[in-house]
Amino acid sequence: MLTKEFLSEKLSAGFPELKFEFSEFRDEITVKLSKSFIVTVCDYLKNTEGLQFNYLEDITAIDWARKKERFEVVYILFSIDLKQRLKVKVGVEEKDAKVDSVSVIWKAANWFERETYDMYGITFNDHPDLRRMYMPEEFQHHPLRKDYPLMGHPGDLSLPQK
Amino acid sequence: MGLEAKLQTDGFITTTIDAMVSWARKSAVWPMPMGISCCGIELMAVGGAKYDIARFGSEVMRFTPRQCDLMIVAGTVTYKMSHVVRKIYDQMPDPKWVIAMGVCTSTGGMYRSYPVVQGIDQFLPVDIYLAGCPPRPDNLLNALMMIQEKIGKTRARDFQDAPLTETN
Repeated sequence: MLTKEFLSEKLSAGFPELKFEFSEFRDEITVKLSKSFIVTVCDYLKNTEGLQFNYLEDITAIDWARKKERFEVVYILFSIDLKQRLKVKVGVEEKDAKVDSVSVIWKAANWFERETYDMYGITFNDHPDLRRMYMPEEFQHHPLRKDYPLMGHPGDLSLPQK
Repeated sequence: MGLEAKLQTDGFITTTIDAMVSWARKSAVWPMPMGISCCGIELMAVGGAKYDIARFGSEVMRFTPRQCDLMIVAGTVTYKMSHVVRKIYDQMPDPKWVIAMGVCTSTGGMYRSYPVVQGIDQFLPVDIYLAGCPPRPDNLLNALMMIQEKIGKTRARDFQDAPLTETN
Protein backbone atom coordinates (compact mmCIF):
# COMPACT_ATOMS: atom_id res chain seq x y z
CA MET A 1 0.00 0.00 0.00
CA LEU A 2 1.09 3.54 -0.72
CA THR A 3 2.46 5.30 2.35
CA LYS A 4 3.03 8.96 2.97
CA GLU A 5 6.74 8.36 3.64
CA PHE A 6 7.27 6.49 0.40
CA LEU A 7 5.42 9.10 -1.64
CA SER A 8 7.27 11.97 0.02
CA GLU A 9 10.58 10.27 -0.64
CA LYS A 10 9.73 9.68 -4.30
CA LEU A 11 8.49 13.21 -4.87
CA SER A 12 11.41 14.91 -3.16
CA ALA A 13 13.78 12.76 -5.23
CA GLY A 14 12.09 13.98 -8.41
CA PHE A 15 11.50 17.59 -7.32
CA PRO A 16 13.99 18.56 -4.60
CA GLU A 17 13.15 22.29 -4.87
CA LEU A 18 9.35 21.90 -4.56
CA LYS A 19 7.18 22.03 -1.44
CA PHE A 20 4.48 19.38 -0.98
CA GLU A 21 1.85 19.20 1.74
CA PHE A 22 0.67 15.74 2.65
CA SER A 23 -2.46 14.76 4.51
CA GLU A 24 -4.09 11.44 5.21
CA PHE A 25 -7.70 10.55 5.88
CA ARG A 26 -9.03 7.00 6.18
CA ASP A 27 -5.93 5.54 4.52
CA GLU A 28 -6.21 7.84 1.52
CA ILE A 29 -3.37 10.23 0.85
CA THR A 30 -3.78 13.76 -0.48
CA VAL A 31 -0.89 15.86 -1.71
CA LYS A 32 -1.16 19.58 -2.26
CA LEU A 33 1.21 21.55 -4.45
CA SER A 34 1.58 24.82 -6.32
CA LYS A 35 -0.50 24.95 -9.49
CA SER A 36 2.38 25.98 -11.76
CA PHE A 37 3.98 22.53 -11.46
CA ILE A 38 0.87 20.40 -11.90
CA VAL A 39 1.76 19.13 -15.37
CA THR A 40 5.34 18.08 -14.58
CA VAL A 41 4.34 16.48 -11.27
CA CYS A 42 1.46 14.57 -12.89
CA ASP A 43 3.79 13.37 -15.62
CA TYR A 44 6.19 12.15 -12.92
CA LEU A 45 3.36 10.44 -10.98
CA LYS A 46 2.28 8.58 -14.08
CA ASN A 47 5.66 7.47 -15.36
CA THR A 48 7.71 6.67 -12.24
CA GLU A 49 8.34 3.12 -11.09
CA GLY A 50 6.49 2.45 -7.83
CA LEU A 51 3.86 5.15 -8.47
CA GLN A 52 2.50 4.40 -11.96
CA PHE A 53 -0.72 6.39 -11.63
CA ASN A 54 -1.88 5.48 -15.11
CA TYR A 55 -5.60 6.03 -14.58
CA LEU A 56 -7.19 9.43 -14.00
CA GLU A 57 -10.48 8.80 -12.22
CA ASP A 58 -11.78 12.34 -12.00
CA ILE A 59 -11.00 16.02 -11.97
CA THR A 60 -13.24 18.32 -10.01
CA ALA A 61 -13.00 21.47 -7.92
CA ILE A 62 -14.07 22.82 -4.56
CA ASP A 63 -15.32 26.35 -4.00
CA TRP A 64 -14.26 27.40 -0.49
CA ALA A 65 -16.02 30.76 -0.97
CA ARG A 66 -14.24 32.78 1.73
CA LYS A 67 -10.66 31.53 1.51
CA LYS A 68 -7.98 33.61 -0.19
CA GLU A 69 -7.37 30.76 -2.57
CA ARG A 70 -11.03 30.41 -3.36
CA PHE A 71 -10.89 27.26 -5.48
CA GLU A 72 -9.12 23.97 -5.15
CA VAL A 73 -8.81 21.72 -8.19
CA VAL A 74 -8.76 18.04 -7.22
CA TYR A 75 -7.24 15.25 -9.31
CA ILE A 76 -8.15 11.70 -8.28
CA LEU A 77 -5.57 9.22 -9.54
CA PHE A 78 -5.51 5.46 -9.50
CA SER A 79 -2.81 2.98 -10.39
CA ILE A 80 -4.29 -0.02 -12.13
CA ASP A 81 -1.01 -1.95 -11.84
CA LEU A 82 -0.29 -1.26 -8.16
CA LYS A 83 -3.90 -0.78 -7.00
CA GLN A 84 -3.27 2.44 -5.12
CA ARG A 85 -5.11 5.72 -5.07
CA LEU A 86 -3.95 9.33 -4.64
CA LYS A 87 -5.59 12.73 -4.59
CA VAL A 88 -3.69 15.73 -5.87
CA LYS A 89 -4.90 19.23 -5.05
CA VAL A 90 -3.87 22.65 -6.31
CA GLY A 91 -5.11 25.97 -4.98
CA VAL A 92 -6.50 28.53 -7.44
CA GLU A 93 -7.27 32.17 -6.76
CA GLU A 94 -10.44 33.73 -8.09
CA LYS A 95 -8.60 36.56 -9.91
CA ASP A 96 -6.35 34.15 -11.74
CA ALA A 97 -8.60 31.11 -12.18
CA LYS A 98 -6.38 29.29 -14.64
CA VAL A 99 -4.63 25.94 -14.40
CA ASP A 100 -2.51 24.14 -16.99
CA SER A 101 -4.34 21.28 -18.65
CA VAL A 102 -3.22 17.72 -17.93
CA SER A 103 -4.97 16.36 -21.02
CA VAL A 104 -1.55 15.80 -22.62
CA ILE A 105 -0.86 13.22 -19.89
CA TRP A 106 -4.25 11.54 -19.52
CA LYS A 107 -6.68 11.82 -22.41
CA ALA A 108 -9.58 11.39 -19.97
CA ALA A 109 -8.76 14.83 -18.57
CA ASN A 110 -10.32 16.43 -21.64
CA TRP A 111 -13.93 16.00 -20.57
CA PHE A 112 -13.23 16.29 -16.82
CA GLU A 113 -11.65 19.68 -17.36
CA ARG A 114 -14.52 20.77 -19.55
CA GLU A 115 -16.92 19.80 -16.75
CA THR A 116 -14.88 21.67 -14.17
CA TYR A 117 -14.77 24.71 -16.44
CA ASP A 118 -18.53 24.53 -16.98
CA MET A 119 -19.41 24.25 -13.30
CA TYR A 120 -16.73 26.43 -11.65
CA GLY A 121 -15.41 28.73 -14.37
CA ILE A 122 -11.82 27.62 -13.96
CA THR A 123 -10.09 27.74 -17.34
CA PHE A 124 -7.46 25.20 -18.36
CA ASN A 125 -4.52 26.48 -20.39
CA ASP A 126 -3.67 24.62 -23.59
CA HIS A 127 -6.86 22.56 -23.43
CA PRO A 128 -7.68 21.19 -26.92
CA ASP A 129 -11.43 21.87 -26.78
CA LEU A 130 -12.59 23.91 -23.78
CA ARG A 131 -16.35 24.13 -24.30
CA ARG A 132 -19.15 23.75 -21.79
CA MET A 133 -20.08 20.18 -20.92
CA TYR A 134 -23.63 20.34 -19.48
CA MET A 135 -25.00 23.85 -19.69
CA PRO A 136 -26.04 25.46 -22.99
CA GLU A 137 -23.30 27.35 -24.80
CA GLU A 138 -24.99 30.73 -24.38
CA PHE A 139 -25.28 30.29 -20.58
CA GLN A 140 -23.37 33.03 -18.75
CA HIS A 141 -22.74 31.60 -15.26
CA HIS A 142 -20.99 28.74 -13.52
CA PRO A 143 -23.65 27.05 -11.41
CA LEU A 144 -21.59 25.19 -8.81
CA ARG A 145 -19.98 28.41 -7.58
CA LYS A 146 -21.24 29.25 -4.12
CA ASP A 147 -22.51 32.67 -5.22
CA TYR A 148 -24.85 31.15 -7.82
CA PRO A 149 -28.36 30.81 -6.34
CA LEU A 150 -29.96 27.37 -6.15
CA MET A 151 -32.82 28.30 -8.46
CA GLY A 152 -30.61 30.38 -10.77
CA HIS A 153 -31.53 33.85 -11.94
CA PRO A 154 -34.84 34.12 -13.80
CA GLY A 155 -34.24 34.03 -17.55
CA ASP A 156 -30.76 32.48 -17.37
CA LEU A 157 -31.96 29.47 -19.32
CA SER A 158 -34.43 29.80 -22.17
CA LEU A 159 -37.73 27.96 -22.52
CA PRO A 160 -39.60 27.31 -25.77
CA GLN A 161 -42.53 29.61 -26.55
CA LYS A 162 -45.85 28.33 -25.32
CA MET B 1 -80.24 -2.88 -24.40
CA GLY B 2 -76.83 -3.76 -25.78
CA LEU B 3 -75.52 -2.98 -29.21
CA GLU B 4 -75.74 -6.60 -30.39
CA ALA B 5 -79.36 -7.00 -29.31
CA LYS B 6 -80.29 -3.75 -31.02
CA LEU B 7 -78.66 -4.90 -34.22
CA GLN B 8 -80.40 -8.26 -34.06
CA THR B 9 -83.88 -6.79 -33.71
CA ASP B 10 -83.62 -3.68 -35.87
CA GLY B 11 -80.61 -4.37 -38.03
CA PHE B 12 -79.39 -0.77 -37.72
CA ILE B 13 -78.56 1.86 -35.09
CA THR B 14 -78.84 5.62 -35.09
CA THR B 15 -76.15 7.89 -33.69
CA THR B 16 -74.52 11.24 -34.36
CA ILE B 17 -71.36 11.91 -36.30
CA ASP B 18 -69.89 13.61 -33.21
CA ALA B 19 -70.50 10.58 -31.00
CA MET B 20 -69.08 8.21 -33.57
CA VAL B 21 -65.98 10.25 -34.34
CA SER B 22 -65.15 10.87 -30.69
CA TRP B 23 -65.76 7.18 -29.91
CA ALA B 24 -63.34 6.20 -32.67
CA ARG B 25 -60.85 8.80 -31.50
CA LYS B 26 -60.86 7.82 -27.84
CA SER B 27 -60.69 4.09 -28.53
CA ALA B 28 -57.39 4.31 -30.36
CA VAL B 29 -55.24 6.91 -28.66
CA TRP B 30 -51.75 6.32 -29.96
CA PRO B 31 -49.21 7.53 -27.40
CA MET B 32 -45.86 9.17 -27.98
CA PRO B 33 -43.67 7.64 -25.24
CA MET B 34 -41.57 10.60 -24.14
CA GLY B 35 -39.71 8.50 -21.55
CA ILE B 36 -37.00 10.86 -20.34
CA SER B 37 -36.13 9.24 -17.01
CA CYS B 38 -37.37 6.80 -14.35
CA CYS B 39 -41.11 7.29 -15.06
CA GLY B 40 -40.32 5.80 -18.46
CA ILE B 41 -39.82 2.43 -16.76
CA GLU B 42 -43.35 2.51 -15.36
CA LEU B 43 -44.54 3.55 -18.80
CA MET B 44 -42.90 0.42 -20.22
CA ALA B 45 -44.60 -1.68 -17.54
CA VAL B 46 -47.94 -0.31 -18.72
CA GLY B 47 -47.07 -1.46 -22.21
CA GLY B 48 -46.18 -4.95 -20.93
CA ALA B 49 -48.46 -7.96 -20.51
CA LYS B 50 -49.35 -7.46 -16.83
CA TYR B 51 -50.99 -4.04 -17.10
CA ASP B 52 -51.54 -4.21 -20.84
CA ILE B 53 -52.39 -0.81 -22.24
CA ALA B 54 -53.76 -2.67 -25.30
CA ARG B 55 -57.03 -3.11 -23.36
CA PHE B 56 -57.57 0.60 -23.96
CA GLY B 57 -56.53 0.64 -27.59
CA SER B 58 -53.29 2.49 -26.85
CA GLU B 59 -50.75 -0.25 -27.40
CA VAL B 60 -49.38 1.36 -30.54
CA MET B 61 -46.53 3.38 -29.11
CA ARG B 62 -45.28 5.36 -32.04
CA PHE B 63 -41.72 6.53 -32.00
CA THR B 64 -42.52 9.14 -34.58
CA PRO B 65 -44.59 12.09 -33.37
CA ARG B 66 -46.38 12.36 -36.72
CA GLN B 67 -48.59 9.35 -35.92
CA CYS B 68 -49.37 10.20 -32.29
CA ASP B 69 -52.40 11.62 -30.51
CA LEU B 70 -51.17 11.62 -26.91
CA MET B 71 -47.82 12.65 -25.52
CA ILE B 72 -46.90 10.99 -22.24
CA VAL B 73 -44.06 13.08 -20.81
CA ALA B 74 -42.50 10.62 -18.38
CA GLY B 75 -39.52 12.07 -16.57
CA THR B 76 -37.65 15.12 -15.40
CA VAL B 77 -37.56 17.83 -18.05
CA THR B 78 -34.50 20.05 -17.92
CA TYR B 79 -34.31 23.43 -19.60
CA LYS B 80 -32.01 21.93 -22.19
CA MET B 81 -34.45 19.09 -22.91
CA SER B 82 -37.51 21.37 -22.94
CA HIS B 83 -36.72 22.55 -26.47
CA VAL B 84 -36.66 18.95 -27.70
CA VAL B 85 -39.95 18.10 -25.96
CA ARG B 86 -41.61 21.14 -27.48
CA LYS B 87 -40.26 20.34 -30.92
CA ILE B 88 -41.67 16.81 -30.77
CA TYR B 89 -45.00 18.13 -29.50
CA ASP B 90 -45.15 20.60 -32.38
CA GLN B 91 -44.69 17.79 -34.88
CA MET B 92 -47.73 15.86 -33.61
CA PRO B 93 -50.84 16.38 -35.74
CA ASP B 94 -53.95 17.93 -34.16
CA PRO B 95 -55.96 16.99 -32.16
CA LYS B 96 -53.43 16.08 -29.49
CA TRP B 97 -53.30 15.63 -25.74
CA VAL B 98 -50.58 15.65 -23.08
CA ILE B 99 -50.16 13.70 -19.84
CA ALA B 100 -47.59 15.11 -17.42
CA MET B 101 -46.57 11.84 -15.81
CA GLY B 102 -45.05 12.09 -12.34
CA VAL B 103 -44.26 15.02 -10.07
CA CYS B 104 -41.12 16.10 -11.95
CA THR B 105 -43.03 16.97 -15.08
CA SER B 106 -45.96 18.38 -13.11
CA THR B 107 -44.08 20.68 -10.74
CA GLY B 108 -40.37 19.96 -10.88
CA GLY B 109 -40.84 17.51 -8.00
CA MET B 110 -37.87 16.97 -5.76
CA TYR B 111 -35.59 18.70 -8.27
CA ARG B 112 -35.96 22.21 -6.97
CA SER B 113 -32.85 23.52 -8.69
CA TYR B 114 -31.68 25.69 -11.57
CA PRO B 115 -31.56 23.20 -14.50
CA VAL B 116 -35.02 21.64 -14.06
CA VAL B 117 -38.20 23.19 -15.46
CA GLN B 118 -40.61 23.58 -12.55
CA GLY B 119 -43.60 22.11 -14.37
CA ILE B 120 -43.88 21.48 -18.11
CA ASP B 121 -47.03 23.63 -18.28
CA GLN B 122 -44.59 26.51 -18.63
CA PHE B 123 -44.11 25.55 -22.26
CA LEU B 124 -46.76 22.90 -23.08
CA PRO B 125 -50.54 22.72 -22.65
CA VAL B 126 -51.12 19.86 -20.19
CA ASP B 127 -54.38 17.88 -19.97
CA ILE B 128 -53.68 15.55 -17.05
CA TYR B 129 -51.25 15.99 -14.15
CA LEU B 130 -50.43 12.57 -12.80
CA ALA B 131 -49.06 12.47 -9.24
CA GLY B 132 -46.52 9.96 -7.98
CA CYS B 133 -42.79 9.43 -7.98
CA PRO B 134 -43.09 7.42 -10.13
CA PRO B 135 -46.85 6.82 -10.49
CA ARG B 136 -47.96 3.20 -10.43
CA PRO B 137 -48.90 1.69 -13.82
CA ASP B 138 -52.58 1.47 -12.85
CA ASN B 139 -52.40 5.16 -12.05
CA LEU B 140 -51.25 5.87 -15.59
CA LEU B 141 -54.10 3.75 -16.94
CA ASN B 142 -56.46 5.88 -14.86
CA ALA B 143 -54.97 8.98 -16.46
CA LEU B 144 -55.49 7.44 -19.87
CA MET B 145 -59.13 6.76 -19.03
CA MET B 146 -59.53 10.38 -17.98
CA ILE B 147 -58.05 11.44 -21.32
CA GLN B 148 -60.54 9.13 -23.06
CA GLU B 149 -63.36 10.71 -21.12
CA LYS B 150 -62.13 14.13 -22.20
CA ILE B 151 -61.88 13.05 -25.84
CA GLY B 152 -65.38 11.57 -25.61
CA LYS B 153 -66.77 15.03 -24.91
CA THR B 154 -65.24 16.59 -28.01
CA ARG B 155 -67.17 17.20 -31.21
CA ALA B 156 -65.85 16.55 -34.69
CA ARG B 157 -66.03 20.21 -35.67
CA ASP B 158 -63.92 21.31 -32.68
CA PHE B 159 -60.81 20.60 -34.69
CA GLN B 160 -61.89 21.46 -38.22
CA ASP B 161 -59.63 24.53 -38.39
CA ALA B 162 -56.69 22.86 -36.69
CA PRO B 163 -53.55 22.70 -38.80
CA LEU B 164 -52.17 19.26 -39.60
CA THR B 165 -48.93 20.15 -37.84
CA GLU B 166 -47.68 23.27 -36.16
CA THR B 167 -44.29 24.64 -37.00
CA ASN B 168 -42.24 26.86 -34.79
